[in-house]
Amino acid sequence: MTTITVNGKPHQVDAAPSTPLLYVLRNDLKLNGAKFGCGLGQCGACTVLVDRQPVYSCVTPISVLEGRQVTTLEGLGTPDNPGPVQRAFIAEQAAQCGYCIPGMVMRAQALIEHKPRASESEIRDYMAPSLCRCGTHMRILRAIRRAMKDMRTASVEGAR
Amino acid sequence: MNIPHTRREFLAGSGALVVSFSLHGAQAQEAVPSQAAPSPAKPPAPKLPGDLSKYPKVDSWIKLAADGRATVLAGKAELGTGVKTAFIQCAAEELDLPPSAITMITADTGLTTDEGYTAGSHSMQDCGTAIRFAAADLRVTLLELAAARVGLNVSDLKTQNGAVVTPDGTRISYGELVAGLDLHRDVRAETTIKKSGSLTVIGKPMARVDIPGKLTGGESYVQDMRPDGMLHARVVRPPAYGARLASIDTAAVEKLPGVVKVIRDGSFLAVAAEREEQAILAMHLLEDAARWNDPTQLPKQSGIQDYLRSLPNSATTILDHGTIGQPGVKALRASYSRPYKSHASIGPSCAVALFDGGKLTIWSHAQGMFPLRSAVAKLLNMPPEQIRCIHTAGSGCYGHNAADDSAGDAALIARALPGRPIRLQLMREQEHGWEPFGPAMSSQVSAAVDADGKLIDWQYEVWSNTHSMRPGGAGNLLAGQLVEAAFTPDEPKPIPQPEGGGDRNAIPLYVLPNARVVSRFIPQMPIRVSALRGLGAYLNVFSIESFMDEAADAAGIDPVEFRLKHLEDARARDVVSKAAKEFGWQPNAKLPRGRGQGFAFARYKNLGAYCAVAMEVSVDRQTGIVKIGKVVAAVDSGEAVNHDGIRNQIEGAIVQSASWTTQEEVTFSEREITSRDWSGYPILRFPDMPDSIDVHVIDRPDQPFLGTGEAGQGPASAAIANAVARAAGVRVRDLPLNPARMKAAMGV
Amino acid sequence: MLLRVISVLVLVAVVAFGGFYAWAWHSEIAPVRPVDASTYDPAIVAKGAALASIGSCVVCHTQAGGQAYAGGYPVETPFGTLYGSNITPDPDTGIGSWSQAAFRRAMHDGVDRKGQHLYPAFPYDHFTHAADTDIDAIYSYLMTRDPVQQQNREPALAFPLNIRLAAAGWQLLYLRRGEFKPDTAQNAAWNRGAYLAESLGHCGACHTPRNALGAEKKNEAYNGGIAENWHAPALNGNSTAAAPWTAEAAFQYLRTGWDAHHGHASGPMTAVIDGLAKAPESDVRALATYIASLSGTDDEAKSRRADAALKAAREKTPAIVSLASLQATTGKSGNTNDGAAIFVGACASCHRSGSQTPSARPVDLGLSDAINSPDPGNLLQIILSGIHPQARERGFIMPGFSTALTDAQIVALAGYVRTHFSDKPQWTGIDARLTEARRKTGS
Ligand code: FES
Ligand code: FES
Repeated sequence: MTTITVNGKPHQVDAAPSTPLLYVLRNDLKLNGAKFGCGLGQCGACTVLVDRQPVYSCVTPISVLEGRQVTTLEGLGTPDNPGPVQRAFIAEQAAQCGYCIPGMVMRAQALIEHKPRASESEIRDYMAPSLCRCGTHMRILRAIRRAMKDMRTASVEGAR
Repeated sequence: MNIPHTRREFLAGSGALVVSFSLHGAQAQEAVPSQAAPSPAKPPAPKLPGDLSKYPKVDSWIKLAADGRATVLAGKAELGTGVKTAFIQCAAEELDLPPSAITMITADTGLTTDEGYTAGSHSMQDCGTAIRFAAADLRVTLLELAAARVGLNVSDLKTQNGAVVTPDGTRISYGELVAGLDLHRDVRAETTIKKSGSLTVIGKPMARVDIPGKLTGGESYVQDMRPDGMLHARVVRPPAYGARLASIDTAAVEKLPGVVKVIRDGSFLAVAAEREEQAILAMHLLEDAARWNDPTQLPKQSGIQDYLRSLPNSATTILDHGTIGQPGVKALRASYSRPYKSHASIGPSCAVALFDGGKLTIWSHAQGMFPLRSAVAKLLNMPPEQIRCIHTAGSGCYGHNAADDSAGDAALIARALPGRPIRLQLMREQEHGWEPFGPAMSSQVSAAVDADGKLIDWQYEVWSNTHSMRPGGAGNLLAGQLVEAAFTPDEPKPIPQPEGGGDRNAIPLYVLPNARVVSRFIPQMPIRVSALRGLGAYLNVFSIESFMDEAADAAGIDPVEFRLKHLEDARARDVVSKAAKEFGWQPNAKLPRGRGQGFAFARYKNLGAYCAVAMEVSVDRQTGIVKIGKVVAAVDSGEAVNHDGIRNQIEGAIVQSASWTTQEEVTFSEREITSRDWSGYPILRFPDMPDSIDVHVIDRPDQPFLGTGEAGQGPASAAIANAVARAAGVRVRDLPLNPARMKAAMGV
Repeated sequence: MLLRVISVLVLVAVVAFGGFYAWAWHSEIAPVRPVDASTYDPAIVAKGAALASIGSCVVCHTQAGGQAYAGGYPVETPFGTLYGSNITPDPDTGIGSWSQAAFRRAMHDGVDRKGQHLYPAFPYDHFTHAADTDIDAIYSYLMTRDPVQQQNREPALAFPLNIRLAAAGWQLLYLRRGEFKPDTAQNAAWNRGAYLAESLGHCGACHTPRNALGAEKKNEAYNGGIAENWHAPALNGNSTAAAPWTAEAAFQYLRTGWDAHHGHASGPMTAVIDGLAKAPESDVRALATYIASLSGTDDEAKSRRADAALKAAREKTPAIVSLASLQATTGKSGNTNDGAAIFVGACASCHRSGSQTPSARPVDLGLSDAINSPDPGNLLQIILSGIHPQARERGFIMPGFSTALTDAQIVALAGYVRTHFSDKPQWTGIDARLTEARRKTGS
């Protein structure tokens, strides 16, 4: 039994400690966000946050997660109440097939949390590990810039 | 559990249906009240538009429920292009029904018409048109029913927001009219659709219905299906083409924790386990335990184009007018080529299959549910009626990738484990290593321009394998080739003009008084190939549009002006001018060394959407890296149903083509495919993206829909090559324009 | 540190000494106006291009994302940061106004056209051994590049090193001029390789340890040094490579960045290999011959030892079968820092035996220099940052684990691979080196 905390909730998982987080998220916790793309840490489709930092869940064994916080796409918002990054992606219609998008959203989330004023080239470099085959890149970039703006204004209003 | 496989049973027991769809969560294709199965009819005269010509009955496309909601049935599938949303807009528009009151059902052998493959940018043309006319006809029928009920003339009534409204404002909801509504009849030939002025949904912004779910972790893909009792399966692919499984001891694997069954049939090898990671580990163990005999030798990659040209081919002259061989004042000739290209979907292909009570249900993201069903029927030697194939979204496929293979694999495994839903997903190496690639091709073109810069001679030849080895036949599924009683793949055939396969877009849209175009079809396929987005159009447009620039230079005329000089088609002229204007195209613009502008145009298949692309690139002399700056495109897809959907497609086409054109190449040794993941088959990443892409949609109200999904790739590739030629001062004619090739060309 | 301070004081004293000033004084060489690129002999330019790529000039004279040879690349030294200069033929900000003589003087004496002393981060202590004809060829090559307007950045150095004359003092102490002298006892290939390695190739600049004033310890040549925070392994008898370097292996490695006996080049070495990929094959083979000879004659016995090491490493590579049992058994303790469990879950999808692996098969870890090195720093940096191909190139991809694994977990993993894959004793102080590596890689 390994205990992992996902989107704030602890879960007891009966899987070998070396099991990659991806399979536990998808099959045990029935969370669809993280996707299998390569299982090799090459494409970013499986990206989730661990302690608010992006990781490839396909090469992250659950044994290393005790006492750490895992956040998945589902932890950012719901269909009725999407989070700011999700909202920005929807507003920009930043998806074609959408298979890469959950990983993109998670990486973008981490970027915005750690560098809310990232420049265009910083955004592109930070997003480099995540692959998209449909060619949705320009919209994803637009969505990230929009989310940055929204979250900044939000925090300003919050401060008021 | 019992899943209905024909309309009749489906109606008999819709309870069972609910069960079957609870398998299916958000993917559910709900029960639909219906009068009868959609059945092809002898084409009625006069010919109805779109696929109504094949399925003229209204209820083949639309049902209306007592609650006033409509269910629209499309034989085409949502491949991630947003077409589902466009279909809803078509129906909502003509029915005067809010889009939210429409349920969309796509390609499902149990429910929808057989519209073949969702391919070739046909969805809007064939299916969108049919839905639109069927909806228009249904609206008139509803008006007639209401008129009869209230004793007024149809002309006194109007429809509005899901109801018929009488002059005194009484609303008769569509639901009230369902009783006595017979939709099992042909759409009337005189049916007319709304005129542009009166449109409220078509051409108006509408967000894609599938995006919110995909953004928030909804069950959006076949990969996300998780029916109760599901097992995880993995296949073991041979080490290389042609290798047969000589021997394997599966005992150790069968003992592994969680492993339920190892399935072997000839060289088809698979394993099913309770947990996914258990299935993967078992697969690796089987890979190590398996002994294979010798694979077939592959040709050397270095000389592949010459090798392909050396194979026997059958030549067809697809264009021949005037007298060729005119000398002109300037003559030029050149050849172009493209390597094998991978579909390289981000999500490896996946299928879920359930074999239960002698019946098989497959959830697949393949492009053709009916062709898949017939292939699986042969593979399993089952009557097709016992098989139901339900399209379920997957990762983008861009043509015939490994989706069908994975469905065939899942079917074989499911039959070996009755009663347990099987989820089979390929590994990255299997997707990349075994998918049918986009064929390597080459072309040769020679031309002459006369004194006033007109092309007076044009000769073009293209060499290509087939571009469609899609199922139908069980041998076109990998599993079919591996099983003991192996099936041979169907005879490769060229796709005839006007659409064409290898020769798609081989005939220029330009006015050419003396021209001959020859298509050389090569049956023999050393590397497994099939349809990749755009088929032959990608190389043909790359060749023609590169050569147009070379000819323009020879004639000393600006490339844009040179194109307009040879274009009569008014809509073609419009997209060219629009792209040039929005880009701010300057004849022989002076740019700093290392930078250049390029332009290209094509009408996809000479039948689909018109697209022109202008862009600026820079070429780094030291690294040979081609970087794309500003890109502007203009597109005419006929009447634009969803402008943003069209822009999204063209943006994607340009980016994907930029990756094909500047980087991608399937690699192979004489033994095996060596580009088996993203390290061996890199695609463009965010830092490599253009600075900007602007797509301008030229709307053509009241004109037929023209397919858009494949319109951009060809023009984008030539625009890059033309810009690169100006930036680097060298013309590169063999794809890809990668750093190595650029450095060699520039002599650095 | 103390030593460094004292020597600096000594140096200042030397500077104060007038005669020294006379010695150190160099006149300006008159500017020339750039001539058209087409006037240079293409054959000479091509020769210069090849030599420039062996010297990896572009690396230190190009900043990230900048134009080639326009300068701005930060070179970190214990004394402060210096910036590669603009060596494009731009007359104002580059070397467009430099005559061939001025360029020779810079390469031989470390003095620029105006007569200013150059800091030895520019390795003229190696270039001084280069033949004039070779230097002239590089001159022709540089003069035919695209001129780029880009001001040079002043070095950020502490007093007294910020006085340019300090460089003169350094030269007085350490610059040994004179062309390379061939060793008649050796064959032509060896001598060519030695010449390239000692002069333009400046291999010792990274692979030889430096003294307190940043000069190479000539008596410890190729004993291993530091390159941009990476440990540059020893190439002499003290090499820790599991498989001894044969000329063939060295050639494969230098040419392609990968060799079955040593695996992938990483860190700053990748840039060197990008250069050598463009150099004439004969020169790369010559370099390989010389480098291999540093760790003992390249004979049958050596190849046998190399193959034995390869075989041993292959056996250590975890077979899927053993992984299966590992997966079943490891970490049942619920120990979050179980190196074996981490290896199986994080590494084994690529670092495993098996008939079907991804495109680029990783090296058998037993051969990895990072794992056999006396210092865990390189391994830690690779675990943190991964391995990535050059932009737009095909190449091995290893993801970084800086965010996925905690310090304790990385330490456990490093310890596990050291014990499991290397015969060398376990490292000590991995955690301290990890803290440093995290700082260096900014992770
Ligand atoms: S699936 Fe994890 S990086 Fe590709
Ligand atoms: S949207 Fe399809 S892969 Fe990115």
